[in-house]
Amino acid sequence: MTAALKPKHQRLVLVVLAMVALIGAALLAIWGLRSNASYFYLPADIAAKPPTPDQAVRLGGMVETGSYKREADGVTIAFVVGDTKARVPVRFRGIVPDLFKEGSGVVAEGKLGEDGTFVADNLLAKHDEKYVPREMKAMTEAQARKTVEETK
Amino acid sequence: MTAESGLAALWLAAALAALQLFAGGMALTRKGEAMGGVVRPVAVVQGVLGLASFAALLIVFAQTDLSVKLVYANSHSAKPMMFKIAGAWGNHEGSMLLWVTVMGLAGAVVALVERRLPERTMLATLAGQAFVSLGFYVFLLFASNPFTRMVPEAEGKGLNPLLQDPGLAFHPPTLYIGYVGLSIAFSFAIGALITREVSPAFARAMRPWVLAAWIFLTLGITAGSYWAYYELGWGGWWFWDPVENASLMPWLAATALLHSCSVLASRNALRAWTVMLGVVAFSMSMVGTFLVRSGILTSVHAFAVDPKRGAFILVLLAIYIGGALLLFGLRASTVSEGERFSVVSRESALVFNNVMLSCILGIVLVGTLYPLLAESLGQQVSIGPPYFNPFTAIFVVPMLIVMAVGPLLRWRRDSFGRVRKALIIPLLLGLAGLVVAIVLAPSHVLPIIGLALAPAIGIASLLPLRARKLRQVKLPLWGMVFAHFGIAVSLFGMASDSAFTTEKLVAVNVGDKVAVGPWEIELKAIDPVAGPNWTAIEAGLQASYNGSAPILLHPQSRSFWTPPQQTNESALVTRWNGQLYAVLGEEAEDGRWQLRLWWKPFVPMIWFGGILVALGGLLALIGRVASDLRRISARGKIAYRRQRQGR
Repeated sequence: MTAALKPKHQRLVLVVLAMVALIGAALLAIWGLRSNASYFYLPADIAAKPPTPDQAVRLGGMVETGSYKREADGVTIAFVVGDTKARVPVRFRGIVPDLFKEGSGVVAEGKLGEDGTFVADNLLAKHDEKYVPREMKAMTEAQARKTVEETK
Repeated sequence: MTAESGLAALWLAAALAALQLFAGGMALTRKGEAMGGVVRPVAVVQGVLGLASFAALLIVFAQTDLSVKLVYANSHSAKPMMFKIAGAWGNHEGSMLLWVTVMGLAGAVVALVERRLPERTMLATLAGQAFVSLGFYVFLLFASNPFTRMVPEAEGKGLNPLLQDPGLAFHPPTLYIGYVGLSIAFSFAIGALITREVSPAFARAMRPWVLAAWIFLTLGITAGSYWAYYELGWGGWWFWDPVENASLMPWLAATALLHSCSVLASRNALRAWTVMLGVVAFSMSMVGTFLVRSGILTSVHAFAVDPKRGAFILVLLAIYIGGALLLFGLRASTVSEGERFSVVSRESALVFNNVMLSCILGIVLVGTLYPLLAESLGQQVSIGPPYFNPFTAIFVVPMLIVMAVGPLLRWRRDSFGRVRKALIIPLLLGLAGLVVAIVLAPSHVLPIIGLALAPAIGIASLLPLRARKLRQVKLPLWGMVFAHFGIAVSLFGMASDSAFTTEKLVAVNVGDKVAVGPWEIELKAIDPVAGPNWTAIEAGLQASYNGSAPILLHPQSRSFWTPPQQTNESALVTRWNGQLYAVLGEEAEDGRWQLRLWWKPFVPMIWFGGILVALGGLLALIGRVASDLRRISARGKIAYRRQRQGR
């Protein structure tokens, strides 16, 4: 873009550079999404095709009645998330959301350990009718009701 | 009666918007020029009627009129007055009414004061504003009527406790003024495209509106971030939640628009690009509204899940964004080329800034929409910090470096040799920051970059003031310095929080002591307390910073009864060098209490920086408006003198 360029050419150069940058950003975004998306798993999915230990995923299901235990440090809990087909043990260190309870739905964010225990670094529980985690809406209707019936 | 009056005002306002569109459109044709005279008065009355309608909604909420369905669903007579009133916009219908009210008022103010542009462009602009408003009036009246009556109930259902916070009173209206204020830029762009009048005068006329909207967006995002930080009790300040992204995207576009406006106003370049950003900025506001209000996302912001409403907003979106982009496509080639500039120049730096902001916008937009797209294809994914942090940083870092250098460059043509000397100090500071950060927090890549960049761009942002008499520096320049310095301050807060935060999660008995960072905290007591519509368990914590005089903190675990829900109220101690953050968890089976404690060095700088950025915007706005007023009054005096001489 020396002074010799005509306005029309300068505009063309600018448009081309901007397009290149934006298309580059879009390609980068698509590549980034493929490698960083956190997929949603039901216990049955975990059993059928477990995610690798370095893959961040979300696990959704019902907290099995009688499975909730607190470890000696007072802040780590263990429970089992299940659906009608499979069960996944979960460990979580942190403050449990208020409406987290046995027999109710939960979405755990974290990774599946080598030993088959899901290590959650965040738990989303059903808050109230107005705030349900997105995945749980479909789930509570489809599988959860059945699960609740069975575990009652 | 109040509700009916509000509804009547809303219908009238909608009718006037239709008239405004019709008259404005007719005035652009040769036959209908006489219609032009009514457009401005109609726009003003429309704004006033919208305001009257919103006032009616505030009144029914203040009175807790339970024969109004919306009040019944979202309010309760036991709520404090402040939350009763804030509850008026803490729901879908009320917030949409606030949206059109702000839009009508913004149009009214433009109609009243804006006289710099050719009248035809102004008529097209006001017609455009009415066109957009009309869609949202129709949406309110047919799909989200806030004034629907019902058989009165004895008591209301209450408001989501997470929303019962002073932050709610301030955050949504602020963001809305920002969102909807951008509609002015959109309408200006439409007006300029229709009449083919893209000129520096157009940029100068649009700039104060963009600045005002941008200030409110900045404050709204800052307030929203702080609200999430202390109310959710997770200790984070940005979660890349789609709803947060919905407010960030218009801000990114508006920031780009602000900078390209200054190129167009001063140098008559970037003409088509500025117009396009005007369209994109408000389009992002509408996309944000669609994401937040359609119920497609579930979060504390999505009030109602009603597919009809989502489809309605989506159609509005398609009409407005598609229509505007189509108009742009048809007319862009007729916008003539602007002035030239060389590779090393202020213009180039601003072009670079614009391209980087657009790329960041693209990254955020794609990341926000991808889960929705994937879900419609039957796969549920969520996109979080592992995507957003590194991929936005790729563009943020070069942008910030150019932000440090750009303001030192001259318009049109410059050389790096001239500014090299001035940049030595920031460069050295940056290197020093880099070394310190690597030594203190070796494992965090992004925070290290942030800690190196922050002091460098902080000092560099002050350089435009060098060798100037500070009293003679004009307000817009002060504004730029404040805003860029604020970015550096905020960046420092973010980087310091990520690199140096220490966290403790423990279960303790009364009398136990916990150390977190330089603090020693003792659990003194656990007591029950009660509020107007909640009860709580409150911990009495005694915190001492490096052995100094103890400070008391009272984090609570609150139980609301309308609707029944629990929230964690965090407790904070703010020092100049950081914040202590305490959350009370639940009681373990053995009687110990869970405590989560964070020491977050320099974290308040994040929001302090945000306020500085907004303040910079305010200074620039005051400077621009004052000089416009001076010009208007000078022109008036000349006209008056001529008139007298003529006599």
